[in-house]
Amino acid sequence: MNIYVCVKHVPDSAATITIEGKNGINEKITFLVNPYDEHAVTEAAKIKAAVAAVEVIAVCLGKPAAENTLRSAMAMGADRSILIETDRYHDSIFTARALAAAISSDGQPWIIFTGKESIDSEGMQTQFRLAANLGLPVATNVVKVDVDNGGVRVECEREAGTTDVVRMTTPCVIGAGKGLNTPNYPTFPDIVKSRKKAVRKIGVTELAIEKPAAGMEIEELLPAVEQRAPKALTGSAADIAAQIVDILKNEAKVI
Amino acid sequence: MQPIGLLIEFKDGRVKKANFGMATAARGENRHLIALVVGASAGEAKASLEAYGVARIININAGKRGWDPAIQAAAVVAAVEQFDITSLIGLTSPAGRELLPRIAARLDAPLVMDCTEIDLDAHRVKTSQYSGKTIATIALTGRHFIYGIRANVVAPREAPTVAEVIDFAFEENQSSGYQVIETRTDGSGTQYLAESDIIISGGRGLKSGENFKLLFECAGEMNASVGASRVAVDNGWVPYAMQVGQTGVKVNPKVYIAVGISGSVQHFAGMKTAKMIIAINSDANAAIMANCDYYAVGDLFEILPELKKKLDERRRG
Repeated sequence: MNIYVCVKHVPDSAATITIEGKNGINEKITFLVNPYDEHAVTEAAKIKAAVAAVEVIAVCLGKPAAENTLRSAMAMGADRSILIETDRYHDSIFTARALAAAISSDGQPWIIFTGKESIDSEGMQTQFRLAANLGLPVATNVVKVDVDNGGVRVECEREAGTTDVVRMTTPCVIGAGKGLNTPNYPTFPDIVKSRKKAVRKIGVTELAIEKPAAGMEIEELLPAVEQRAPKALTGSAADIAAQIVDILKNEAKVI
Repeated sequence: MQPIGLLIEFKDGRVKKANFGMATAARGENRHLIALVVGASAGEAKASLEAYGVARIININAGKRGWDPAIQAAAVVAAVEQFDITSLIGLTSPAGRELLPRIAARLDAPLVMDCTEIDLDAHRVKTSQYSGKTIATIALTGRHFIYGIRANVVAPREAPTVAEVIDFAFEENQSSGYQVIETRTDGSGTQYLAESDIIISGGRGLKSGENFKLLFECAGEMNASVGASRVAVDNGWVPYAMQVGQTGVKVNPKVYIAVGISGSVQHFAGMKTAKMIIAINSDANAAIMANCDYYAVGDLFEILPELKKKLDERRRG
């Protein structure tokens, strides 16, 4: 049985983002596996360890450098991977079609994992579009997965203190949330082993995806302006507290 | 008239306040606001929605009572098609994160979540990307346009009108393979962080989960919500649902009070759009002190009890 894990190659959240041209960024910065996707890979490896005859395949749509993210996914437990190579940015409508096409051409999915969102474009939707393209049920922000005959039982954290328990038939798509597990950070032997695992490369044009009628195009990227001028509150603890209350009341007008 | 759909959310049987800012943002010349109410009672909502310019309320009966995003999304899609709605706006809330992408995926329509500006005529929005380090202008193309708006980006302004209520029955006749079998609440849920006007958050400086009661006490005095930094969550002091930041909730309050939080890039990604940031920290060199509106260098264990006392005195008049 095949577990596919869709991963994204994203800039480190601590990296400095420099805008290039009208809507691009300088990519000579540290990239890594999207953090939610690490939970997805880890969960897939956990299921593989518990269930017989499972293969875990990491799938990524990205530029050639995204192979590094697939190597990381394989060091964390994926058996092999597929890189859908492209030379440009794609929106989630196209990305979901490409992932669906690559998975369908590779084999029959049992479970498809993704992260619940990516930390670069923060679109929060690829998992849902992927599921719709394949006609599968989907759950998001999943923090627990139990596999049983014919389906999965997942727990989805919806909001503070509210959890939905959901049953899905398989195949299905699971969007991993942060509470799902502690990622398998690879050891040195894991990294060495991952170098021998296979990365199949497919050019995105080989998938012959028809240009979708709908789309989201980034027209412009601008740096977020931070123009706060900090003012000090001084004095005793009581003085500081009094000033805060005054600010809340008279300046912010919230109390 | 351009029909603009608004996906309305409820809390304890009443329309959530954040919907009124959303309705205000959606109003404009030649626009007809259509509120979509699913899984709740439109009757309760009528007066409050009319106050904010909603001209029509579609009361969707999706059969099954209770929360089921797969069924509710299918029902909303059916209503969107039935009433020729081309633009649909919802909140980027926990329910919105479940419903809006399901709706967009079913319609194969473009969607941008967490918009801070929406131009409904040009189908163009602004949203933050790369941990809040950039602002992207995104153009949407398609037959339908779906938008998730960030709560509180537009202040609610009343524009009274009279709305007609239309009942719309929806029956899902094919199994989606998805079923909510139980919804559990552990009682810790308070007001959803992203919709609060005032948030007081604690970080490493709080030293323990027990000490968060100092924040809850202050919050109680000013109807604020309590948030936390990733450090506080990773240490197990408070639940993940309270985490503000890159991998937590993104908030947009009028006032954000950061207590014992150094202010990492990832934390800022979740709160940098706050209208005012007040930082309390013992370290004058903490990053947050250089990127806030007011800062106090001091001991939070002395300042918080004083703050509670002053707030309490003020409340008692």
